Amino acid sequence: MTPFTRHEGTAVGLPFENVDTDQIIPARFMATPRSEGYGRFLLHDLRHDEAGAARPDFPLNRADAAGASVLVARRNFGGGSSREAAVYALVDAGIRAVLAPSFGDIFCGNAVANGLLPARLDPDAIEALLAMAPCPVVVDLDATTVEAGGRRFGFEIDPVFRVKLSNGWDDIDLTASWGERIAAFTAERRARAPWLWRT
Amino acid sequence: MTTPRTLLDKVWAAHEIAVRDDGTSLLFIDRHFVHEGSHHAFRKLAERGMSLAEPGLTFGVADHYVPTRGRGAPIADASIARMVRTLDENAARHGFRLYGLDDSRQGIVHVVGPEQGLTLPGTTIVCGDSHTSTHGALGAIAFGIGATEVAHVLATQTIWQKKPARMRIVVDGRLGPGVGAKDVALAWIGELGADGARGHAIEYAGSVVRDLSVEGRLTLCNLSIEGGGRLGMVAPDGTTLAWLAGRPEAPTGSAFDRACEEWLALASDPDAAFDRDITLSADAIAPIVTWGTSPEDALPITARIPDPSLADDPARAERIRAALDYMGLAPGRPLEGTPVDRVFIGSCTNSRIEDLRAAAAVLAGRRAKVPGMVSPGSSLVKVQAEEEGLDRIFVEAGLDWVASGCSMCVGMNGDIVAPGERCASTTNRNFRGRQGPGARTHLMSPAMVAAAAVAGTLADVRPMLDGRPVP
Ligand code: SF4
Repeated sequence: MTPFTRHEGTAVGLPFENVDTDQIIPARFMATPRSEGYGRFLLHDLRHDEAGAARPDFPLNRADAAGASVLVARRNFGGGSSREAAVYALVDAGIRAVLAPSFGDIFCGNAVANGLLPARLDPDAIEALLAMAPCPVVVDLDATTVEAGGRRFGFEIDPVFRVKLSNGWDDIDLTASWGERIAAFTAERRARAPWLWRT
Repeated sequence: MTTPRTLLDKVWAAHEIAVRDDGTSLLFIDRHFVHEGSHHAFRKLAERGMSLAEPGLTFGVADHYVPTRGRGAPIADASIARMVRTLDENAARHGFRLYGLDDSRQGIVHVVGPEQGLTLPGTTIVCGDSHTSTHGALGAIAFGIGATEVAHVLATQTIWQKKPARMRIVVDGRLGPGVGAKDVALAWIGELGADGARGHAIEYAGSVVRDLSVEGRLTLCNLSIEGGGRLGMVAPDGTTLAWLAGRPEAPTGSAFDRACEEWLALASDPDAAFDRDITLSADAIAPIVTWGTSPEDALPITARIPDPSLADDPARAERIRAALDYMGLAPGRPLEGTPVDRVFIGSCTNSRIEDLRAAAAVLAGRRAKVPGMVSPGSSLVKVQAEEEGLDRIFVEAGLDWVASGCSMCVGMNGDIVAPGERCASTTNRNFRGRQGPGARTHLMSPAMVAAAAVAGTLADVRPMLDGRPVP
């Protein structure tokens, strides 16, 4: 996983509340192998009309948002389904950070596991950024700040997520070092509740 | 004296292998459910050349992509067939039990787990599906995870988690006729918002919850995620134990008796502290329907469609306007009487036997004015419903009686609502496009969907009950 420390890029505004994971990636695309890339599925049904043509007025489709790597949205971004494919769609489309007043819990965990920063900002800060976007931004994880248009906004992120993102850690590797404790616990659990194990 | 503890505290502590300096716990997982959608995680495992840590605690269920018609014949759609086959192959390769497409116990994972007695009080349960919160109805810590975490659990049978804050939702009073667990859930989500319980584990309590059947509790816990909750739980009690006794995978004999003693002791201590306490009066809850594109857009059927020009802030006005535009609704009109194009009864929220009975009670001797589908929560629920003659009631009313799966809840198997069509649905998400591109979903209880079928519009089920026993 690519560590996240500081990122400079273009922010694009998605001025909606409750952008759920079904909108981030509609279910019908999820049988696709990841190796084919998920970027083209990002917000598919919002970005395209019924005939499949790109809606020119949709923020992500605008010429001045080309190459955007930071998304600014209103409250409860990524609520709903646990589909990590929503994060794959964002990451494969080149998004490195999402700024919003709140996020779905499962989405946050999925994002961090894939090196995508979910940064919580004040609703007022989000409105200010939405008014500026598309615009250049600097997202600094160490300082937990976002800079845009000569202004600086603080953001919040769970300290555990922050460390994980900045180190690019992978949990399976980390957990390997707890192997003995896990084995001992498993043996104890098995002795107490053998009926849990089924074959 | 020891500090009083909540249900969450007790089950959490019993599974905590270690706590890291940053406060994250390493939890042991008793039950890991996987489905066709778990293919990303198996892929990750294969890339690392790893095998399953505990095949005996891993259970596969085919539900998300399975066809609900023409079962037994080969699956026509190649990519859907591949999804189902990949799960079969992973089960065979890794040696875990599979409730596959042709298994007589197949169904939706969150229905099958409890039904088989795999879901037990005091256990930890995860699945790569957000409605895993359902299983908490039996007193388990159960939550949905993403693919990276699924791979981690497959490889280690553990998960790193920060303990959620504790929230209690107490529902006191009495539910009126035609009002059930779905209405209670939509009532609190409507009040607190789709992110109202973010970061929290919810314990449902109060006289209404105590009086609810296990089926009703499963519905309540299922919808925890729609209010942003990490998980939902109900303390095990006599109702729980009676429901579990004799289930195929539950412990038996003296092991069951011993387990029951431990399970009853899991209830929150009387003085245990919660980080947040919410109280609802059941007397005030009417049958609820959603009008917009988030489960928080929930109102009593007697209400009017919200008017954005009356909203208190511009962002909210904008969201109402966008939702009404998508839903094709006019502000200020009564919800009741809004024409629907079809109905759907199914999903892990409301497809258990009681749900089917509630819908059938309203439909018996009546005709549906619109087409619709009934997909039971499991193949065993289907058999039971047929034994009770419920299938005939649905068919005589003009609805299709189909096989079990996620079906029109998410449309992955091709069961979708056509663009622009309005569907009265017992499912859990009215998100844009959830039931198919351009589909307009109104969430409600099974009895209310039945009422909508009979009226051909959003309708109040209460006048239709006229003495009918609603289970
Ligand atoms: S029925 Fe719907 S919500 Fe439930 S597991 Fe299936 S897709 Fe998810």
